[in-house]
Amino acid sequence: MSSSPARTPFIVRLGRSFDARSWLLVGLFAAFALIAVPIMHLLLPPENPLHLSTYFITLTGKILCYAIVAVAMDLIWGYGGILSLGHGLFFALGGYTFGMYLMREIGRDGSYQSDLPDFMVFLDWKELPWFWTGSEHFLWAVLLVLIVPALIAFIFGYFAFRSRIKGVYFSIITQALTYAAMLLFFRNETGFGGNNGFTDFKRILGYSITAPETRVVLFGLSALALIGTLLLARYLVSSKFGRVLTAIRDAESRVMFIGYNPLWYKLFVWTLSAMLCAIAGALYVPQVGIINPSEMAVANSIEIAIWVAVGGRGTLIGAVIGAFIVNLAKSWFTVSFPEYWLFFLGTLFIVSTLWLPQGVVGLYRRLRGRQTSAPDSEPAAAAQGPSVTTVAAATPVTKGAGA
Amino acid sequence: MNAMNAMNASAGPVSENPDWDSGTAELGHMFKPGELDLSHKVVLYLEEITVSFDGFRALNKLSLTIDAGELRCIIGPNGAGKTTMMDVITGKTRPDDGKAFFGQTLDLTRLSEPEIAHLGIGRKFQKPTIFENHTVFENLELAMKTDKRVWRSLLALLDSAAGDRIAETLRTIRLTAHADRLAGLLSHGQKQWLEIGMLLMQEPKLLLLDEPVAGMTDEESERTGELFLTLAGKHSLVVVEHDMAFVKQLGGKVTVLHEGSVLAEGALEEVQADARVIEVYLGR
Repeated sequence: MSSSPARTPFIVRLGRSFDARSWLLVGLFAAFALIAVPIMHLLLPPENPLHLSTYFITLTGKILCYAIVAVAMDLIWGYGGILSLGHGLFFALGGYTFGMYLMREIGRDGSYQSDLPDFMVFLDWKELPWFWTGSEHFLWAVLLVLIVPALIAFIFGYFAFRSRIKGVYFSIITQALTYAAMLLFFRNETGFGGNNGFTDFKRILGYSITAPETRVVLFGLSALALIGTLLLARYLVSSKFGRVLTAIRDAESRVMFIGYNPLWYKLFVWTLSAMLCAIAGALYVPQVGIINPSEMAVANSIEIAIWVAVGGRGTLIGAVIGAFIVNLAKSWFTVSFPEYWLFFLGTLFIVSTLWLPQGVVGLYRRLRGRQTSAPDSEPAAAAQGPSVTTVAAATPVTKGAGA
Repeated sequence: MNAMNAMNASAGPVSENPDWDSGTAELGHMFKPGELDLSHKVVLYLEEITVSFDGFRALNKLSLTIDAGELRCIIGPNGAGKTTMMDVITGKTRPDDGKAFFGQTLDLTRLSEPEIAHLGIGRKFQKPTIFENHTVFENLELAMKTDKRVWRSLLALLDSAAGDRIAETLRTIRLTAHADRLAGLLSHGQKQWLEIGMLLMQEPKLLLLDEPVAGMTDEESERTGELFLTLAGKHSLVVVEHDMAFVKQLGGKVTVLHEGSVLAEGALEEVQADARVIEVYLGR
């Protein structure tokens, strides 16, 4: 397959990764997030029943970021068979790298009226540590969000996958990784605000961070990032890369003996997944207004896996649904019955493991009677695959060309 | 004989880089094409290979030579070292001692599994190993000889020549009607055939087949034998098999392994008449 006869532009192929119905849903979602939400939040008066409150915007914006993380998790877990219990680390790192910029944007408006962030004044530091260099520039912050977590994921992944660490061993190591990072970030000397992390943000690119307009823009960006993530992920899993990835999940030794090196495939999807988490983290921090080491807690990373399990592994859209179901339930529980939340979460996990192995999406498919026999096969992806009938129809013409 | 000559002609220019660096694992030149040098008409050369597991010698100074285009059967009782030998050839197990060369120049003891696969050694496992959650068509597509690096797979499109090749292989392994079925739903014999088909898609120079007709009906087994006979000449085949009727059908040279080394070698009738062979294997 040296060069394909029909050189389809990449952007067209990206577009074809969704079917018409999915595009319609994506379009409706984009219209809602980018047009309806700003109107309903900014223009409608609070008395209007269609008015969207600030609470709605921040809660939903937050969950949109979680949904990006869930899709990133589904890519490596659902399709690659690699269960990471340390994805919260990459999310937090994205948040921290962008948080550095937000801290610098506070300028002299902090409690101590210093050029240095408050926590540094409190620690009696006289100048910025070297790694804060350039943090006042927005573009530098964006660059760091894209590069730093990806680099850490790449280095960690390279050694883990090269040593052929798999399954539960990999999960445990990722857990240890995020735990170690949490302990490191708890220290004041590390230079990221210790226990309290970063908070009290004032501005982003000069605009007030709490202004309704800023919130609406951040909400819209989160929605766009989620759409982009879904589109990219859908393209990946319906490409040959995706078929190799699921093949590695199902029979890694066979993949090696037909000449693929699983190391680079795993490393690619792992690093990409970490990058997506970092982007989500960077969008999350200005919306919730705080980032601290508790984001790196092991429980947070486990929760990510639960979102995906509840929604349905290996379906992508299931990850989004799972993130919304669990987090909406969480925000309701933590207000109404805070002490029962963890019990509910545990129950949800057990129920979905025992009775809903394919999550909510699997349940929906079963009810619709279009359940396929393969646990992870996708109707949409299958429709994208090369059709044998067309190939067979074409063969008589070129017959005899083969060996 | 004509097939043999064709093989040598198609093997291309004689390799001039005997010090081909196998240790590279960088993205860029992981699959630097080493060329198979068949100038001495030998495709596989094993010399005094020894492999020990916790003191047990799975292979004990095993020496074996396979000629280009040859169809060789390997028989031997359980534990004779047949599977370990295949592990050494495909890079899964590193020998403690001895030499293993593919052609004249490619040192198999220094290459990784994907590198060896890419150079042209295909392997069929004892238990059919296919991608059960992929369709039959996709199984063949994944196995097809092509650039198998990540970036290529990200952008790969199936062109019509590739489609033709897959369709042809589907006919060869008689699975055309099942092309869109999930491979996990095939019968055991069909899975064996699919795995053979995947091997063919790799266009290997050397095929290692571990008990290819296990679990097949007599008819399927006979058809497999016919297929192998048509492949010999174009490819070199090493078949490990317990089924004597099948070995007889293939009719090539037979090597008997016992306790990790070669006990006897020759035509099936000669081997069957050998007193030592009768003692350890056939006589039981």
